[in-house]
Amino acid sequence: MSATTIGATPAIPKPQSPAKLAVWRFCRRPAALLGLFVVTVFILVAVFAPWIAPADPIKTSWTAIRKAPSLLYWMGTDENGRDVASRVIFGARASMMAGVISVAIAAGIGVPAGLLAGFVGGKVDMLLGRIVDAMLAVPNLILAIALAAFLGPSLQNAMIAIGVTAAPVFMRVARGATMDAATNEYVEAARALGNPGWRVAIRHILPNIVPPVLVQATLAIAGAIIAEAALSFLGLGQQPPAPSWGSMLNSAQRFLTQAPWLAIFPGAAIFLCVLSFNLVGDGLRDALDPRGK
Amino acid sequence: MNSHLGRRVLQVLPTLLLVSMLVFGLQQLMPGDPALVLAGEERDPLVLQQIRTELWLDRPIPIQYLHWIGGVVHGDLGYSWRIRQPVLQLVAEKLPVTLQLGVMAFLIAIGIGIPAGILSAVKRNTKWDYIANGIGLAGLSTPNFWLGIMLILLVSVRLGWLPPSGYVSLWEDWRMSLATTIMPAFVLGNAIAAVLMRHTRSAMLTAMDQDYVRTARAKGLNETVVVLKHALRNALVPVITLGALELGTLLSGAVLTEQVFSIPGFGKLIVDAVFNRDYPVVQGVVLITATIYILLNLLADVMYVVINPRLRGA
Amino acid sequence: MRRILLAATAVAALLPMAVHAQDAPTQTLRIALNEDGDILDPTLARTFVGRIVFAGLCDKLFDINEKLEIVPQLATSYEYADPKTILIHLRSGVKFQDGTDMDAASVKYSLERHATMQGSARKAEISALDHIDVTDKLTVKIVLKSPSAPFMAQLTDRSGMIVSPKAAEAEGKDFGLHPVCAGPFSFGERVANDHITLDRFPGYWDAKDIHFAHVIYRVIPDTSVKLANLQAGAVDLAERIAPSDVAEARKNPKLTVAVFPALGYDSLNLNLGNGPRSKTPLGESKLVRKAFELSIDRTALMQVLYNGLFQPTVQGIPPSSPYFNADLKVPERDVAKAKALLAQAGVKTPVPVTIGVTTSPLSKQLGEVIQSMAAEAGFDVKVQATEFASLLSAEASGDFEASAIGWSGRPDPDGNLYSFLATNAPLNDSKYSDKDVDTWLDQSRATTDVAARKALFAKIVTKVEDDLPILYLDSPSWVTGMTKKLSGFRTVPDGMIRLQGMELAK
Repeated sequence: MSATTIGATPAIPKPQSPAKLAVWRFCRRPAALLGLFVVTVFILVAVFAPWIAPADPIKTSWTAIRKAPSLLYWMGTDENGRDVASRVIFGARASMMAGVISVAIAAGIGVPAGLLAGFVGGKVDMLLGRIVDAMLAVPNLILAIALAAFLGPSLQNAMIAIGVTAAPVFMRVARGATMDAATNEYVEAARALGNPGWRVAIRHILPNIVPPVLVQATLAIAGAIIAEAALSFLGLGQQPPAPSWGSMLNSAQRFLTQAPWLAIFPGAAIFLCVLSFNLVGDGLRDALDPRGK
Repeated sequence: MNSHLGRRVLQVLPTLLLVSMLVFGLQQLMPGDPALVLAGEERDPLVLQQIRTELWLDRPIPIQYLHWIGGVVHGDLGYSWRIRQPVLQLVAEKLPVTLQLGVMAFLIAIGIGIPAGILSAVKRNTKWDYIANGIGLAGLSTPNFWLGIMLILLVSVRLGWLPPSGYVSLWEDWRMSLATTIMPAFVLGNAIAAVLMRHTRSAMLTAMDQDYVRTARAKGLNETVVVLKHALRNALVPVITLGALELGTLLSGAVLTEQVFSIPGFGKLIVDAVFNRDYPVVQGVVLITATIYILLNLLADVMYVVINPRLRGA
Repeated sequence: MRRILLAATAVAALLPMAVHAQDAPTQTLRIALNEDGDILDPTLARTFVGRIVFAGLCDKLFDINEKLEIVPQLATSYEYADPKTILIHLRSGVKFQDGTDMDAASVKYSLERHATMQGSARKAEISALDHIDVTDKLTVKIVLKSPSAPFMAQLTDRSGMIVSPKAAEAEGKDFGLHPVCAGPFSFGERVANDHITLDRFPGYWDAKDIHFAHVIYRVIPDTSVKLANLQAGAVDLAERIAPSDVAEARKNPKLTVAVFPALGYDSLNLNLGNGPRSKTPLGESKLVRKAFELSIDRTALMQVLYNGLFQPTVQGIPPSSPYFNADLKVPERDVAKAKALLAQAGVKTPVPVTIGVTTSPLSKQLGEVIQSMAAEAGFDVKVQATEFASLLSAEASGDFEASAIGWSGRPDPDGNLYSFLATNAPLNDSKYSDKDVDTWLDQSRATTDVAARKALFAKIVTKVEDDLPILYLDSPSWVTGMTKKLSGFRTVPDGMIRLQGMELAK
């Protein structure tokens, strides 16, 4: 939509700050706004889980095993008589944390590495590039499984494993943006003025790589939530009895015929949550990069 | 062009070497003694010792690595510790299965993704565009193992239309083979469809802006002809090129999908091998997967340069 | 192409006995296995599912029946010449699948192969064997290093499988890729993680009891998927149906489910003296362990986990065994008494306990249920789920407080007790050590007198239940689903699928 009208952006003087412009563009996309709304709801659910959940998510009840959804248990109960709705609500915590923290780890490793590679270039770039290529060439789930097994099973370690596995993508994005920015006139000028390299990198280049990294981060959160679910699905993430959507699916698979609600609700939660992050990510990309690729 | 591509080709070997070290090193880090797993329930100390000696597990890790990589250089990927079949034979058995799955997934992805992409480009900013986009995003957002479970639940358990799992090879019974692979192929393909759709949309938008399309339109040609004959033809090349890269995603996705559908392909082979600490299989399969992935990347690079003459000088 | 060739050979083989040609079975039996087996060499094989395939492929010197009695198979009888010498008389006219004769020399060859081959997994099982002599063409004399009551039971399993010496010599270490034995079916083909096909061996000594042309073992790990295949008629028999699926399977008028006792046990192995992690209230105090046991309601646990199909137990000897100690009762859950015991032990509550389980949903659920039960008595249980390989290493190296690795079971009680309870025995990960138990275990090996052994085993399991190095939870059952058309399935507690006598109605 805006692609044609804003095709001439580079020429716009600066009546509006780029940030405000981006917000304005973002707000004109109903899908992105809807995504943002749902994401906010999920975050609120995760934060206020103890107040929202109708029951204790780990409270077992041997008299209410695998009860179908009803007014009392509106998503049914699981194989230990626990309330599925409460577990889905508390599961949002695991997924949100996994999404945000693992992406923070990925960006924390990937962005400095990308900045370094893009700015210094030469042998450093070459070496980092090969490492990234190697990591990307290994199926990422296998990489994550091996790392999670090495670190020992727990939600925190699953996050680290996912973060490390996702770092190469951030490195690539940051490197590309850095190289783009490094050719800008003002960067060249700053360098010519004798500013030390690290200072140019932080003051002039870093701000330029924030937008693409932000877009990548939003999309990566969506990926990380799926990755956490996948690891937990294989039994390597969240530890029992604490709930996570993936580990709920893991135990649900046994009761697919007798108790399908055990698989439907946590899966639907993952889907909705990931979809919303993707909508936000898409919206952000269009808002921050009007040329649209 | 030549220097750029030349550099890319030269990078393949060091990258593969790093992959080999990465996968070898990661395995050493994983807890769980392969000898214990192999020794079976009895865990007889004598047997444990024999296994360690036989598999070189009692030697220093660098020596173990050199021993393995030495074999690889000579085309010997070793044999599975668990079932004693050569790794190459296992690969030869499993690769066609995943390949069949992959080709079907890719066809499904093209079948959904390209028309949807055209539709959303032609009907830009209409409800069709949004619907196509929404479906594409939904595909990207569904965890494929969950989609697999839901499909089994619906199509196999409730409706009884398709077998819930397993695999029959094409040569044995092609109908049964298609029946067993169509669901997992769809699970794998729908995520790629979304990616293809986006590529198609943007390539079509670019193409429709080009002079020759405008000229064709100005001549009063039927819009369908313009879109399909002129714009699409030009848009398709980059789409296919970029799409080829998705084959890497496909290999990764196959890992869980094959697990859910109990399909004895590459993905299942490697997951089982990781959990059983069958090191040679993990190493061999990862190395082969990585090689395929890197070569596909290279191919895409070449194609990209070929169709993008501007890049040749770079 | 291959199939056609095979059919041609089969026809050729049958021509001389044209009278019987119409009797040759044509049906295929399709069996679903829980996982893929390992190498198909009886000397090197280690997995349970591997044994199921061997039941079709390799006959053994002896077999066991429903009552766990030793019955003839390739051998017709045995006798003790003295406590250290056993004479085994072989069946005559038995052929290997490569057409060579099974005789005393091949028995000697096979047992020596089990005992000495590099990488043999049978060494410990038959470590009592000193040497073996061929007395005549159909008799071997086995000489033991010292009297060993469990030895004969070993010959009813892989250690008693006789391989074709000709094929074994020719193939060496690769024998497992094309095994040749004296069982009812010969090896056809194998696709790892997918299926194993066996083809009827027309020269089988008991061919009249075999009613299938082929047997296909399909690997289907997922329990729901396995059930769906059974319901759809894609397999005829599925081993180890999930207990939670039994009701569903029984609803289907075409299916029947056999539930019968197994030989093994499920347990929590407690770390009593294996490294620093044994220095916990649970590891150091018998009272705390007793309190922990009393906090668990085994019957409810069985109900929740296995729909009540498994038997609660407090001993390592299966209820189907003649040596089972029926006097040792499963204690009722008693939270008040558990609390009192904790107070008596003088430990601070809640008592922290970490239970290691595998990542399988059922194992995790076991941990969760125990966690919830023990909490009421004052235990703070942490459940730690690790994939099996890591859990196994952790247990073996003492990096555990309590670990939920069970045992598949052996026909003789010695196989369920000795290695786990004798001081420094290979599977004694708890590092339990008790002089009396050691003595009784050794005595039970030295005598073949059933009554004497029964008395010794009773003393052992009673003492162990008191010391609690292993908290036995239940004695599992085999849950085998099959089509109603299938008859002749035998419910022998070892869980093997014996193909002799099985038949599919048209």
